[in-house]
Amino acid sequence: MTGNATVTGNRDDFAIRMEGIDKTFGSVRANRGASLEVRHGEIHALVGENGAGKSTLMKILGGLQKPDAGKMVVNGRDVTGWSTSDAIAAGIGVVHQHFMLVPTLTVAENIVLGMEPRSGLRFDYAKAVAEVEKLSRETGLAVTADSTVSDLSVGEAQRVEILKTLYRGAKILVLDEPTAVLSPPEVKELWGVLRKLRESGGTIVLITHRLDEVIEISDVITVMRAGQTVDRLKTSETTPALIARAMVGRDVVLSSRDEASALGTATQEMPAPPDSETGFHPSDDMTSAIRVNDLVVMGSRNTRAVDGVTFSIRPGEILGIAGVEGNGQSELIEALAGLRPIHSGIMRVNGHDVTTEDVSARRDYGVSHIPEDRHRRGLILDYSISDNLVLGLQGDYSRRGVLNGGHIEENAESKIRKFDIRPPSRELPARALSGGNQQKVVIAREMGRAFSILLASQPTRGVDVGAIEFIHAQLREARADGKAVLLVSAELKEILALADRVAVMYRGKLTKVMPIEEVDEETLGEYMTGTRSESAA
Amino acid sequence: MNPISFITQMIRIAVPYLFAASGGVIAERSGVISLSLEGYMLTGAFSATLGAHYSGSAWIGVLCGMLGGLIFGLIHAVASIRYRADQVVTGIAINLLAIGVTRFFLKLAFASSSNSPRIPGFGGDLRWHGFDNPLLWLGLLLVPVLAFLVYRTPYGLRVRAVGEHPEAAKSLGIKASAVQYVAVAISGILAGLGGVFLALDQHQFTDQMTAGRGFIAVAAVIFGRWDPVRAALACLLFAAAETLQIQLQGNQLIPSQFIEMIPYLLTIVALAGVVGRAVPPAALGKAAE
Amino acid sequence: MSSRLRENLEEALFPPIVALLVALICGDLLIMSYGQSPATVYRLLLEGTWGNAYGFGQVLYKATTLIFTGLAVSLGIRAGLFNVGAESQLAAGGFLAALLGLGLSPHMPGIVAIVLCLIAAMIGGGIVGAIPGWLKVKYGAHEVIVTIMLNFVVLALLNYIVAAKLHVPETLHTPEIHNGAIPRLDAFIQAFHGSAANLTIIVALIAAALTWVYLFRSRRGYELRAVGLQPEAAEYGGVSVGATWMRAMILSGAIAGLGGVNYVLGYKSYYEEGFAGGSGFLGIAVALVGRNHPVGVVLAALFFATLSQGGLAIHAFVPKQMVEVLQGVVILAVAMSVPEVRAALRRARKPVAA
Repeated sequence: MTGNATVTGNRDDFAIRMEGIDKTFGSVRANRGASLEVRHGEIHALVGENGAGKSTLMKILGGLQKPDAGKMVVNGRDVTGWSTSDAIAAGIGVVHQHFMLVPTLTVAENIVLGMEPRSGLRFDYAKAVAEVEKLSRETGLAVTADSTVSDLSVGEAQRVEILKTLYRGAKILVLDEPTAVLSPPEVKELWGVLRKLRESGGTIVLITHRLDEVIEISDVITVMRAGQTVDRLKTSETTPALIARAMVGRDVVLSSRDEASALGTATQEMPAPPDSETGFHPSDDMTSAIRVNDLVVMGSRNTRAVDGVTFSIRPGEILGIAGVEGNGQSELIEALAGLRPIHSGIMRVNGHDVTTEDVSARRDYGVSHIPEDRHRRGLILDYSISDNLVLGLQGDYSRRGVLNGGHIEENAESKIRKFDIRPPSRELPARALSGGNQQKVVIAREMGRAFSILLASQPTRGVDVGAIEFIHAQLREARADGKAVLLVSAELKEILALADRVAVMYRGKLTKVMPIEEVDEETLGEYMTGTRSESAA
Repeated sequence: MNPISFITQMIRIAVPYLFAASGGVIAERSGVISLSLEGYMLTGAFSATLGAHYSGSAWIGVLCGMLGGLIFGLIHAVASIRYRADQVVTGIAINLLAIGVTRFFLKLAFASSSNSPRIPGFGGDLRWHGFDNPLLWLGLLLVPVLAFLVYRTPYGLRVRAVGEHPEAAKSLGIKASAVQYVAVAISGILAGLGGVFLALDQHQFTDQMTAGRGFIAVAAVIFGRWDPVRAALACLLFAAAETLQIQLQGNQLIPSQFIEMIPYLLTIVALAGVVGRAVPPAALGKAAE
Repeated sequence: MSSRLRENLEEALFPPIVALLVALICGDLLIMSYGQSPATVYRLLLEGTWGNAYGFGQVLYKATTLIFTGLAVSLGIRAGLFNVGAESQLAAGGFLAALLGLGLSPHMPGIVAIVLCLIAAMIGGGIVGAIPGWLKVKYGAHEVIVTIMLNFVVLALLNYIVAAKLHVPETLHTPEIHNGAIPRLDAFIQAFHGSAANLTIIVALIAAALTWVYLFRSRRGYELRAVGLQPEAAEYGGVSVGATWMRAMILSGAIAGLGGVNYVLGYKSYYEEGFAGGSGFLGIAVALVGRNHPVGVVLAALFFATLSQGGLAIHAFVPKQMVEVLQGVVILAVAMSVPEVRAALRRARKPVAA
């Protein structure tokens, strides 16, 4: 079975066939006509950028979501819209990106949950332990059946997840970003397990966006972009660069400065950087608006999410941070904004040490922040547009503790006009706006005030094309005004279009910083996926 | 102070707590907040009185009391699981409702606003100190039974899983809301039995006869860290304090009000984590779909 | 603007209306179970409350306490906190007001004495509110359980103090205060004679107005509501969630504590064990039905006070306990319909296209 995966083949060979799958959540179309064909006994990589619709497609396969349209066939049987229990009974096992383990229960209890071995009325725990130990031996997935899940390492927890599916007789295993939380030796171990499963006739679908992994482990690759299936490749006949191109879209021109200006609605000239060169001057403290030295920030699970990051940005410069999500970018931005404690290192804003200052103080020093998740952080969805336009500035808009309603309204009127927020009615709750207009509210607030540094995290996520152009124009204008901008984006295109320098973040470190002129997408892709690394200066 | 009479009195006081706290443990372990134990107890006591009075049989009273608790438990379950109402609010509403309903029907059935006539019950032979009441033995037996249910049966495993991580349970095809419905129904029946014990032990129903015992049970659940055996021990501890208060009466060493505070103070201390933090089930208060 | 207001009103009003209908049906059943005609009983209920000055005075008196406890609970909920402790905060407020009233010289101008007693009541309630706030912010102890448990502790403590040190022999109450009594309404309007209604209602209405100003017109109120709606967004807006919670619990307790003067200064002129009588818990119902808005709270307090006084008016025909059943039904029905109505209205209002 192994090694002879072909892209075309007898239809009956397919373990999974999904065709024309549509799925919409609210206003987001997660899948539009997505398809997937997986043959028996292959390791099939499903790749794509964040939000490409991979996880949704797999949730539909696992019965956690029902498709709005489309057809799915598993082992030759039409199973469109089945339930979780149906999927389990048919031998599909899903290992979710966020572990679905009950932390207070033991390994054995988690594994047998829902199909517990019984003796009489009793749940036969001893038998559960014995069965789990047997399965663990057979598959080489080492676990301690009697230990509590909350005490496990991430790698062990993942083995428990895999065992859970195998205990239910899974023949088709779906793993969603299984390596995101693993250390390199654990990854190697996982590959061993997956190969072994393949040898014993198992079929594996692996969701990932680490291309080095895809090349190493998979037989066939399906590429998704924007909810659609865009390509299907045989691993032995492709390269990371080709995959990356399919993921991002073929129309990206490397080093796209010219196209960048064409993208924006504003037809202004590209502002020349204040300094004629875009090189990095670590010693040049006086001219940097923000300077960060050896920053360490702890993430959840007490890991070093940001692990010794150093950079500086000068006025009138955009530093773009590229990288696959989950490599510490979110923690970095939150720490810079004052929302997450800085474990060690120093942060200076216009020469002031603000390492221990809180959110408001940093704001007063001129730090503006477009957060990555406007629904959670950036807006109070039930507050009106007017009220959202003063979030964080409520002190400036009140006198002796009383809000100045007149000023708040004036501010709203002028921001709505200037930033073209639609519909232009300041009393409307933010919840009622489209994604693009919600983001305009955030941008109007953060950029419509006196500031010197902008932390922009995923500024165009989930907004329409018109809003993207508007937001890009705003960021360029800020640069022209001499602001320092830190841009984090999962959209490589966006970084290439806007940044003066590009840094790549991988596993908590900046592995490469280079001026935009020297950037080519292929090398960038290699740094992003960890196939190349070099400590940043 | 006679140690035998101390222990027997303590156990008699503890039994209603044991029933109600056991109900609280199973419901809260499944993730449903149970501030309504007081209401279940009160309806249990009243329905038992009705049943015993009209049938002349204490055992029919027991069945009716269980039914009364069950009905109020199901109201809580439907409101908080099906309608996703705030579980704190529904719990408090059920307590108010129970007071109103029992008072209204007390008036309707017995034309009294304070108490029912004497009904058939259990015990009463003074030589036995209340130990001739089968419900007392049932209450004591309940502790190992509940511990078995929670820790040694497939259903108990599912209850614990749903209360901690309902999505994980659902991803394995477990109907989390069904697990919660059953748990809340059991809690209604058990707490109802706590009320039944009171009514049949005293051979009558009196207005608001549960007198906050349901809240002592809530305190025992938390102080017992949601564990059946520890919660039972907490019930015994609280009952011991009460017994002490009763037996020391007249001998004003410690004012009775300070002994009344003990369960509640201990619970606050346990919640604040001064001595070993009481950590509730992770998904407590979130209805599973 | 007007459509926005309409949508808010729809979301606020539908659940209580549904609840009222459900309660009416339950009421019909209960009345008929007693062999009476619902129409007659409901007519009596209205006549006995809003139909004469005495009944109306009693409604006002009962509503006064409920306005305070309802405001206290709703202020907490606006900050994302569930204060179930209004009962003991009310008692502590009344107690401290009585204590001060006992200590004040009868020669002090009455208005000064009253103001001092009001402050004492706020301090009493505020302290009881601060404890669960502090335990939550510092140790993460859940405020629901702590406030419930603290109710018992505080009430027992107050009972002890009264029983051991302060009571008039053969009673459960303190001696009469020397100064600080709040005049009854019948001192101004003769028709209210015999009812307990007193000028504390004015204090209650001022408290409602100030709560509205605080919540919707002040910087701290803006921050408090932000914390209640989306703590992470509030944090992003530079708001300290812990400090806001602390502030909210102290304020909530202080408002509830102020409610204690209605009985202590306005009605009996002494503190009596158990005077709170469930008004703190009913405050939860008032906040819920009043949709956590000061205006709604005042209206809901009047509604629950009417029910409670109405029970007495119909007692000759149907046991007054009927209204207790109805109170429970209303709370349950509102609690169950709030998430449903919100979801339904959200579905109906799709995002406005750009």
